[in-house]
Amino acid sequence: MRDITNDILELIRRTSSSLPKDVEDRLRASIQQEEPGSAARGALETILKNIELARANSTPICQDTGTPIFYIHYPEGWSTRRLREQVRAAMAEATKRSYMRPNAVDAIYDKNTGNNLGGDDFPYIHFEEVDPDQPVVIELMLKGGGCENVGAQYSLPDNKLGAGRDLAGVRKVVLDAVQKAQGKGCAPGILGVSIGGDRGSSYIKSKEVLFSEMGTRNEDPKIAELEERLTRESNEMGIGPMGFGGQTTILDTKITGMHRLPASYFVSVSYMCWAYRRRKMVVRGEEVEYD
Amino acid sequence: MREITIPISDDVLRSLHVGEPVELSGVMLTGRDAVHKWMSETFIKKTREPHGDDLQVYEEISKYLYQGVLYHCGPVVSGIDTGQYKFVAAGPTTSTREEPYQADVMKHFNIKGVIGKGGMGAKTLQGCVDTPGVYFHAVGGAAAFLALTVQRVLGVYKLEEFGVPEAMWVIEVKNFPVVVTMDAHGQSKHSLLDESSGKVLDDLLSRPF
Repeated sequence: MRDITNDILELIRRTSSSLPKDVEDRLRASIQQEEPGSAARGALETILKNIELARANSTPICQDTGTPIFYIHYPEGWSTRRLREQVRAAMAEATKRSYMRPNAVDAIYDKNTGNNLGGDDFPYIHFEEVDPDQPVVIELMLKGGGCENVGAQYSLPDNKLGAGRDLAGVRKVVLDAVQKAQGKGCAPGILGVSIGGDRGSSYIKSKEVLFSEMGTRNEDPKIAELEERLTRESNEMGIGPMGFGGQTTILDTKITGMHRLPASYFVSVSYMCWAYRRRKMVVRGEEVEYD
Repeated sequence: MREITIPISDDVLRSLHVGEPVELSGVMLTGRDAVHKWMSETFIKKTREPHGDDLQVYEEISKYLYQGVLYHCGPVVSGIDTGQYKFVAAGPTTSTREEPYQADVMKHFNIKGVIGKGGMGAKTLQGCVDTPGVYFHAVGGAAAFLALTVQRVLGVYKLEEFGVPEAMWVIEVKNFPVVVTMDAHGQSKHSLLDESSGKVLDDLLSRPF
């Protein structure tokens, strides 16, 4: 296998500095819904200017370059050990070049490592083996701390909200999470929702679902309808961009289901800020393609 | 848009009201989680003895903070190796984590403005009334845009000890855009919205599925 460290470095640069088009288009469209001269509209205008500036200058869209989450799909014959080394080398170099902020802080000793490498878990790397004729696909998501902090996990039934173990209950807890988040997760946000699993797998799944494009609906029409309803009803709350008040609080909702134990019914909500940074690269032999 | 120069006088401060967009120019200091904890424990509650360069840093930052502005920000800075610092990305971080400390810190240093995102709670709102001071909300995530308002990096404190995002950076800004969301008259945009959105939530929860 060849060394793709520099290609991964380019993936990090793109992810940190260039917001995907589908997200930018959605933000641009939402401006029309806010009143001219309002703080909400002003915030969206600043956001769009910021997106253009970051892309033009190859600087981070947001100074919180987040938790780097890599999903690597590799065909037989590639070494995950070496891929991991290359991702880590690329991450350290990206930090040196200011594409990334040093973001790995030892939680016990309170020390920032200075290079975005911390133990075995930072950056987070998930490997998945694919058929031998398939290319290497690396997906990267950068998820900032502000939005991560407003994520929430509910164990149903939730008596306070009157939420039972069904989709009606799921709807209630997700709306509660949006109200509690207010503007703190850098609204307008995108919701990743996972139903089922254990506490750990449920949260991971609620992030995985965020790798799909804006507007991607669940295959089950019943769930797809709930996704759209949650986006619509979240916006009724009037929290608006940055919590300044306004029409645009949530841009999209993505729901996925998992298997659960008979005893457990978890609903995990991952809130993604408007700086919804996710990019992909495909490696075919010597050729590398970026989305 | 109305321009405000740092340091800010009490007269100017009291003329600011919730919802007003303003632009800030002058010298400000960044400070977030580690800084607030350090300030509180070492100089306000005094549960920890000062050590290292603590006292000297305290003296120097006090000058910047008196009638000054504290910015909740963990920037991306280039030139760390050479000392030729440049702000590359510098948006606000979530302020609510400083809620336990903020009012005391404002009063202790006589800080006139705190910049962050997401707003703060009742204790800080009371701090805004007592000090007096205001909370300025910057656009979260607009880091590339806001970094351009930073004209110069004048210095940095506790870089080694706290790391790049948590260090205290002294910066000179020009036309830094913010919205007043908590004022010295006890008004908070955040508590108003929390209440109104809470009412809508109650209504949504009572609707049939």
